[in-house]
Amino acid sequence: MLKLTGKNLSFYLLLMPLLLTLGLLIVLPQLDMLGVSLRERISYGEYKFSFLHYTEFFTEPLYWNTFLRTAVMSIMATLLTLLIAFPIAWYIAKVAQGKNKKLLFLACLIPFWVSELVRTYGWMILLRESGIISGFLQWSGLSSGPVELLYNDITVMTGLIYASMLFMVVPLVSTLEGMDDSLVEAAYDLGASTFTVIRSIILPYAMPGVISGCIVVFMLTLGNYLTPTLLGGKHSLWFTEQIFTQFITRFNWEQGAAFGVLLLTLSSLLVWTGLKLSGQSFKQAVAS
Amino acid sequence: MSRSAIKIRHSLLALAVSASTLSISAQAEELRLLTWGGYAPQEVIDQFEKETGIEVKVTKSNNEDMISKLRATRGAGYDLVQPSQDRITGAQKEYRIYKPIDLSKLKSDRFIASMLDATKKNTSVNGKVYGVPHIWGTSGLIANSDQQNLSFNDLCSDDYKGKVSYRLKRPTLIGFAFAMGEDPFAAYNDQKKYAEILGRVEQKLIQCKSNVKAYWSGGDALINLLRSGEVTLAMGWDAGGWKLHKETGKINFVAPKSGALGWIDTFALPAKGKNDEAAYKWINFVMQPEIAAKITDSAGNFTASVGAENYVNKALSNSYKISYNQTSLDNIKWYPPVPAGLEQLEGKTLDRIKAAQ
Amino acid sequence: MSVTPDLECRGINKSFGQFQAVNDVSFSIPAGSFFSILGPSGCGKTSLLRMLAGFSEPDSGEILIKGKSVKGIPPNKRPVNMVFQHLALFPMMNVGDNIAYGLKRRKVSAQEQQRRVADVLERIGLPGIEKKSIDQLSGGQKQRVAIARCLILEPALLLLDEPLGALDLKLREQMKIELKTLQQTFGTTFVYITHDQSEAMVMSDQVAVMNHGRFEQVGSPQTLYYQPETPFVAGFVGNNNRLSGQVIKTAKDFIQVSTESGHIFHTSSSSILETNTAVEMFLRPEAIHIDRDSDKSWQNTMKGRIDNILFDGGNSQLLVRDTASPTQMTVALPQTGKYQKLRQGEIIKLGWNAEQSIAFKAG
Repeated sequence: MLKLTGKNLSFYLLLMPLLLTLGLLIVLPQLDMLGVSLRERISYGEYKFSFLHYTEFFTEPLYWNTFLRTAVMSIMATLLTLLIAFPIAWYIAKVAQGKNKKLLFLACLIPFWVSELVRTYGWMILLRESGIISGFLQWSGLSSGPVELLYNDITVMTGLIYASMLFMVVPLVSTLEGMDDSLVEAAYDLGASTFTVIRSIILPYAMPGVISGCIVVFMLTLGNYLTPTLLGGKHSLWFTEQIFTQFITRFNWEQGAAFGVLLLTLSSLLVWTGLKLSGQSFKQAVAS
Repeated sequence: MSRSAIKIRHSLLALAVSASTLSISAQAEELRLLTWGGYAPQEVIDQFEKETGIEVKVTKSNNEDMISKLRATRGAGYDLVQPSQDRITGAQKEYRIYKPIDLSKLKSDRFIASMLDATKKNTSVNGKVYGVPHIWGTSGLIANSDQQNLSFNDLCSDDYKGKVSYRLKRPTLIGFAFAMGEDPFAAYNDQKKYAEILGRVEQKLIQCKSNVKAYWSGGDALINLLRSGEVTLAMGWDAGGWKLHKETGKINFVAPKSGALGWIDTFALPAKGKNDEAAYKWINFVMQPEIAAKITDSAGNFTASVGAENYVNKALSNSYKISYNQTSLDNIKWYPPVPAGLEQLEGKTLDRIKAAQ
Repeated sequence: MSVTPDLECRGINKSFGQFQAVNDVSFSIPAGSFFSILGPSGCGKTSLLRMLAGFSEPDSGEILIKGKSVKGIPPNKRPVNMVFQHLALFPMMNVGDNIAYGLKRRKVSAQEQQRRVADVLERIGLPGIEKKSIDQLSGGQKQRVAIARCLILEPALLLLDEPLGALDLKLREQMKIELKTLQQTFGTTFVYITHDQSEAMVMSDQVAVMNHGRFEQVGSPQTLYYQPETPFVAGFVGNNNRLSGQVIKTAKDFIQVSTESGHIFHTSSSSILETNTAVEMFLRPEAIHIDRDSDKSWQNTMKGRIDNILFDGGNSQLLVRDTASPTQMTVALPQTGKYQKLRQGEIIKLGWNAEQSIAFKAG
């Protein structure tokens, strides 16, 4: 039996706000979502238990494809972000000193001082057909007519990577900063080439940071709404957009809730697979 | 202003609204108004507050967002909302988010009678009236040319390749259906027939998807696309076209050959509104011709107020006269109430169009 | 010279901005010896070692390993391996993978790798620990694994950058002996840098004392101890009492110095000194005899009061204050039982002969 002694009691009291927050803000809404997703509308205000909205997801290729596309694009965005962020993180952690280091960190942070909407509109102003880059290309004679740089997957990818950069750089910098430089020198001294040093020493060392960065970026990208919708134009299909549409424009809360539950499940599954493939544990990744 | 760009986030917050409304208690008397951008200009609010002492709190929204918000709270959080007349009965039957309007509290003589009657008829459930008209307008084409003789079909014409924009929403489907010679409104209560029409529209829209520059989602975004010349022909609201006409003198709203689609935004009372008296006061207040004209200036659309046109800005009346003659006015297709189930069908059609490559 | 030395340095210079870290250093190390570079921190020994390893290039001068210049050859191509100050064992690999790292880079077959790793572990006295992870090892085991990781590659030179610095005293004492033994069993030439004179003395065949980027003296530990060539070496290697004074008389084997404290001592000198030269005289605590009964005659004597007895077993010392001046002398206290009864405050006589102290020209 659990006895509530003084010390014990104060521990549970201190824990209460956390438990309440978790329960009320995270667990309860999710359970409610699950409940909503498992009912089917029969008539005005009448519902019955049903898996209809789940079977809908698997039988309607559109939803399934949208999810696949979202997942694949998110994975690609995550990997590209890693590829770009790694040298940056290395530079910040190991090469830059003192003031420069702080400035570089700040440079990564500055885009986050404005809201995502403003940032995305910023990209649109730059990239649209009547935008700055198109104007520059025409002015410099590199292009004879207006160039449309918006509304394609590459632009969406750029926007996603841009929005994710910080979340990859921070965990990478913090793990790399903990690495003794002499590990690299030792490997080099033992006959490794630069490439081998990166592959056999730096990457394995930074793995917990890589994994936690990747999880965060993947989740953020998968759940991103504005960037793919605004930059993607007429072909942009994004799963969160689908959820939004179901909830808000179709009034189909049941389908939206089912999509929400599926997104949570499938993304957890993907993260789990990623962890297994890289041989890392979730605990390690979270700890870094 | 057009029916304005909507902050998407607002809608996502709908769930949180129920929690926050608990904390609002009536200190000073206030009217919580959920409406479209431009429908409650500050000047009118100030005047109303001065005359009645009632504070007006405005939240900007759109049709779907209004229904979602009220659905999440089961009709609480606002005292007065302004959905389109065709979207009231379905939502009321499904979610019971409105309460009936007591017509005796309204000064009916301030409304254009035909419009009031039509709205009453379209918003009745079980013999009770849930909406009265406020602002009306049309959806049609906005063209960057002097062409007056245009059809929705021109959105698929090679002349505008890559220079076209429209919304991926139900008005587009209905507009195309009319342009293709169908009468979707007549098929509203025949799901099979309606599905067939949707199938044809879907085919057409997928076929000419390459014509589309971008699907617009907010009125401001559309105006930007047209103003910059990136888009030269779009399906859009009359108010947006007139705004651009005032600015550029060239771009203007054109009523398509098959007829513009007419909508009427109404006043409706949320089921758990707390201050109905203030709501009636507001309705009676804004239906005065001078006030209605001010709202027309701000929203860009005309109201159901009798005699307001005498006070309306000349530039707007001028643009309006270019867009409409008596024939095209008579040809406006007014939205009948949407029966349940149709929006599911339309939703899937829109999804497939969006997904097509 | 008939045998090529394993390492030869000719006129090495290295500067960082205005600071000259290594200043015209030349030396050579015969094959199979244990060579230490001893100096205080900042003396340039680490810079020198990094040039040997290839992490930096000298501004001028030449490094020859087994008679071949290594100019421009990067560290991963030099026949030289290094044991780092904090060992730099790879934490994400087990012991076996750490040791096999270099072999893998040389594309040695997996089977051969396994055999040689087992062999080297045997030789360092840690057989069968291939599968252990690094953090399961004790400090001394890590030390040996780090060395094995280099030695398995059979380098011409093994460079060691103060690898004992992080160990506690007991273990350090033990590792000194082990390192020496390892060096002898493998026969590899070790270049060892340290600021700890005891480490250098115990292990090395040859020690170079380095100060301000220069080699002050290179020699066997005994030479450095008994025949320091510079005041710095005399002060840095072993303990010494330092007395300042002036030469008042010169003779064939020794000189006479009048110290600031008013004594006149006979002493040997590092070079021929003229009268009136200001000198510094060094006298080792262990060279001073404590003379209670005054029956022996010494060339130099001094009377003093015991200020303090610093008991430390075999390293016990007395702090003795000159009765005539404020000069304090450190005197070794042999633990033979003979001096057990010494008490604080007691007046004793100290004695030593001229050849046991050495004078250098001051400044």
